Amino acid sequence: MLVLFFLSSGLFLGWSLGANDAANVFGTAVGSRMIRFATAALICSVFVILGSVAGGAGAAGTLGQLGAIDAMGGAFMVALAAAVTITVMTKLGLPVSTSQAVVGAIIGWNFFSGVLTDTAALSKIVATWVVCPLLAGAFAALFYVLTQRLVRRLRPHLLWDDMGTRWALIAVGAFGSYSLGANNIGNVMGVFVPVAPFSGLDLPFGLALSGAQQLFLLGGLAIALGVYTYSRHVMSTVGGNLFKLTPQMALVVVLAQSVVLFLFASQRLEHALLSVGLPALPLVPVSSSQAVIGAVVGLGLLKGGHGIRYRVLVDIAAGWVTTPIIACFLAFIGLFVLQNVFSVQVNRPHAFELSPQVIERVDRLGLPVDGLAELAGGRYTTQLSLNRSLRGGTALDAKQRERVVRAAEVDRYLVDPGRVAQDLKPGWFEPEQIAAVSSLVGREYRHSWQLLEELEALAPAWRLLPETPRNRLDNDRRQKQRRLVLVALRTAPVESPVTE
Amino acid sequence: MPILLFKRTRALVAQIDEFLDTVGQAALLFESGVADYVAGRQEQFDTHYRAIEDAEHGADELRRDIEKQLYRHSLIPEARGDVLGLLETTDDVVNQAKHTLGMFLVERPRLLPGMDEDWRALGATAARTAEAVVLATRAFFRDPYTVNDHLHKVYFYEKEGDRQAMALKRKIFDADADLALKLHLRQFVLNVDRVSDAAEEVADRLAIYTIKRTV
Repeated sequence: MLVLFFLSSGLFLGWSLGANDAANVFGTAVGSRMIRFATAALICSVFVILGSVAGGAGAAGTLGQLGAIDAMGGAFMVALAAAVTITVMTKLGLPVSTSQAVVGAIIGWNFFSGVLTDTAALSKIVATWVVCPLLAGAFAALFYVLTQRLVRRLRPHLLWDDMGTRWALIAVGAFGSYSLGANNIGNVMGVFVPVAPFSGLDLPFGLALSGAQQLFLLGGLAIALGVYTYSRHVMSTVGGNLFKLTPQMALVVVLAQSVVLFLFASQRLEHALLSVGLPALPLVPVSSSQAVIGAVVGLGLLKGGHGIRYRVLVDIAAGWVTTPIIACFLAFIGLFVLQNVFSVQVNRPHAFELSPQVIERVDRLGLPVDGLAELAGGRYTTQLSLNRSLRGGTALDAKQRERVVRAAEVDRYLVDPGRVAQDLKPGWFEPEQIAAVSSLVGREYRHSWQLLEELEALAPAWRLLPETPRNRLDNDRRQKQRRLVLVALRTAPVESPVTE
Repeated sequence: MPILLFKRTRALVAQIDEFLDTVGQAALLFESGVADYVAGRQEQFDTHYRAIEDAEHGADELRRDIEKQLYRHSLIPEARGDVLGLLETTDDVVNQAKHTLGMFLVERPRLLPGMDEDWRALGATAARTAEAVVLATRAFFRDPYTVNDHLHKVYFYEKEGDRQAMALKRKIFDADADLALKLHLRQFVLNVDRVSDAAEEVADRLAIYTIKRTV
């Protein structure tokens, strides 16, 4: 019951996403009466849920990198802060994106918990905010030119054109809904993935739902509820007032938006691109509204750039800054209140030490160790406090300090035979990997890297490969396996983690 | 469901084509009817009048049925208003053609000698204008980028019709005849030319609708 209460803020976020963002997919079609609302709502709901469950892991994973929230209370407040930010900004009539609010709220949790924000993940996410509308604009222009050429070549009768456009709107709407679910479920449920206590669920016909997928299913249902209960009005508004597009242009806009959301969500596509040595886009939740606006502007520019309200673009860019800041501030205040007034745990206690073993490890990583020994006596309970001391006492740069902090984190890992049998399933791990872990039964480790170093020595399958685009896929999988083994063997975790 | 929609769309496309065929046919009947009257072929004239009456009736029915289906099934929501307006004004061309032949049938004007060719030419030009507008309307449904290729012909024939009407009126009023007869014949010149004007009305609408569809 308590779990459901904690999840409620995420479900509210999902409802709000369904209420507002479904209109980006089916708004023009419903507003212009090309498709009935009942049809649109059904297709949208089914495909959003499918997208969430089948394709949600990729984009949600990137949010996890930004801030691995490690307590249900923290995840609850992060989602609530994002939801409140969206509600307030929408009431004020300001453009707002769920992705940006969630990112801000996670950073708020990082600040509150003294966790270093992964700058690489953050810059990756922020870059996509800029790239997403630009890409949508470029795709819309390209698709429009192609559609026009096709229409001019086929010369369909107005009525055939109308029927074709209707079916295309339905097909593209289904694809858009799938992409919306796959990409944006990370916003709705991503913060709960590391902490929600759901274990894997076996279904008939050999199907299985991982803990994360169960969360995504719940989030998908919340989005569907938002679609059914509130999106009708928003769809009519979008279709009728906001941008007056012909059904064909609407089709192009929805297609461009869907492709962009899909590109930023599909693990399969990423794998396919990487496997042939091509660069892939990062998997990040992006704003569907901004993708739509980007696509409309792209069409506007293709038509000569008349009538584009450049003010809207300025507002969007301003939203990239203001939304995360407001969400960050609200999350920080909310976490403070939740922890100190309601005594709810919002993060897991941490400890860091600069023991001789850690300094030796830092040295092995090729980082300068000057000044580390002088800081060895200090007691550090957050990443930020250790980082601050490192900044004052060593000449390490920000990236190097981040690596030292990760090496210094103290935890307790016990290779318990019961946990090995329960959590290291053959489907997820190679036999060689499982054998390596089994050979360490009974051993205890104080740092995660100690366990991993031993595993790497025992089995090459635990080692990360050199960082090349071709190796990225394998390394992603191995990183995931390394995270899973650490989570499985960590003793007395605060809450049982969900299986990925 | 898709098969049903496919069938419905195919039937409606066929109905629109049939409607335009009827308008084109009415233009030819009008031309023949005027020529018959000028030549004094009363029996043929009566036959052509009955045929144009049927055409007008058929066009009305088709138009009403097409309109009903467009509304009932919410088809072409963006262009529905334009298409309905287009069908109604196109129908006016047939109405005007029937009305004019009906005037010939009822009032039986006494044509002045030496002007037969002018009457025939005026009737033929009105028919050409209507035919050109039918082609333009067909193009609007199938290939809007070529509508302008037909519209300029409509405007050309309509202008030509105006010129011919003016020349014929001059001849009538220069002739040695009763003023009452002259005034009576002037009414007929105007009514024959109104068929071209009705076609021009359709062309004006088409020009705007085409811009809307191709922008």
